[in-house]
Amino acid sequence: TMFATQVYGDNGKMKEYHYTGPVEHRFSPYSFNGGTVLAVAGEDFAIVASDTRLSEGYSIHSRDSPKCYKLTDTTVIGCSGFHGDCLTLTKIIDARLKMYKHSNNKCMTSGAIAAMLSTILYGRRFFPYYVYNIIGGLDEEGKGAVYSFDPVGSYQRDTYKAGGSASAMLQPLLDNQIGFKNMEGVQHLPLNQEKAVQLVKDVFISAAERDVYTGDALRICIVTKDGIKEETVPLRKD
Amino acid sequence: MALFDVSGYKSHSELRGQIIGTGVGHFIDRPNQQFSVPVGVDPSGFLKSCSREGGVSIDLNHGTTTLAFTFRHGVIVAVDSRASAGSYIASKEANKVIEINPYLLGTMSGSAADCQYWERLLAKECRLYKLRNKQRISVSAASKLLCNMMLGYRGMGLSMGSMIVGWDNKGPGLYYVDDNATRLSGRMFSTGCGSSYAYGVIDSGYREDMTVEEAYELGRRGITHATHRDAYSGGVVNLYHMQEDGWIKVCKEDVSELIHRYRKGMF
Repeated sequence: TMFATQVYGDNGKMKEYHYTGPVEHRFSPYSFNGGTVLAVAGEDFAIVASDTRLSEGYSIHSRDSPKCYKLTDTTVIGCSGFHGDCLTLTKIIDARLKMYKHSNNKCMTSGAIAAMLSTILYGRRFFPYYVYNIIGGLDEEGKGAVYSFDPVGSYQRDTYKAGGSASAMLQPLLDNQIGFKNMEGVQHLPLNQEKAVQLVKDVFISAAERDVYTGDALRICIVTKDGIKEETVPLRKD
Repeated sequence: MALFDVSGYKSHSELRGQIIGTGVGHFIDRPNQQFSVPVGVDPSGFLKSCSREGGVSIDLNHGTTTLAFTFRHGVIVAVDSRASAGSYIASKEANKVIEINPYLLGTMSGSAADCQYWERLLAKECRLYKLRNKQRISVSAASKLLCNMMLGYRGMGLSMGSMIVGWDNKGPGLYYVDDNATRLSGRMFSTGCGSSYAYGVIDSGYREDMTVEEAYELGRRGITHATHRDAYSGGVVNLYHMQEDGWIKVCKEDVSELIHRYRKGMF
């Protein structure tokens, strides 16, 4: 290959700080802007939450850049990864939603938005959008629905999902608290809205403690049949 | 306008022109989808080269064990349910069997997005075939459609290993199709990174005249032992049985419970 093998060494994600020989650098169309997104589906509600820090390398570009975007009255999407691709992708989704509304005289349902996003992402299979998406909303029966995606469009419906830089820290915690995994002799109580919101706040506070790219503030969008309510909670700014 | 071009929207008249304008006997619609390709770079190496620079790591969901075999009473299909993105387990309950119609199933291994996209497209083509020809598509034709889709993108880095399972006029059918456009008919296949372990188990336990319960147990064991030894397979075993009057979903069992059942002496 034409790239020197030191560029992507296999020692986890650590960068090489010593001079190991000539390395070819080329323009990378991607950049990592950090951020964590989380979605939880309940019996008659869905919560999509994200932090609001926008970083690059060692710098913080903005402390007020939320990653949840409202799509319809019943659907919110959270996008983290490369901010440029997040912006373009949400613009494209908004345009497609409008086109659907004008052709079909009705709003897209959450399931339909998820299927459409899958094909939009796959259309860039060979030059992907560097975005980790999670859609949260209500399905046609009014029950909470969460759909999680990989950068090229593989998706499935979940009850809860964490994505972005602190996802590997948050997902096991959600498995334990919402999925009751690895606990014995515990009653499987369904999640109500107040408990879910409190859990999301606690979980992000933990993420901000240990992940450098997560912090500053938390934006929570709660989707119910009465509409979308937004809440902002401060997080660690360091 | 720029956004209009990039959004992939096709106007009604354009779509009509595509449908009516195509010649008679056109087996597959010209794909409405056009794929963007990075400028001036080989697509299959491009993603690998972007990873690790400046913290960028684009990991795609993949990794599996799937198996299928025919026997006297039909075809058994068993799959695991783990989707990994690099070393992170992105999903423990991924669905790796696509139910194309009540008489056709497709399994997925390799890249999750590739399998989901192309097999959904295959489901659409099978439905169009049924509407145009007033009879269900044969397993042979369905697998050939998928194989030709793969041939169109050969060398571009797609990763898909799939088995098309069905019951048509010729009886039970099992075909293996992969991203190199290999298409093989056979009586037993296993795909994915855990396939070698699954082959060991089902090869040693297979008999053509097994009872239905024995066949279910063999399929379950194959996946369970593969998940035990392969890091990229795990989750639950999804078991399907293709019979003359369609497929049935037999069970969905967690592999950690199954492995304890099978290896009582070990632990």
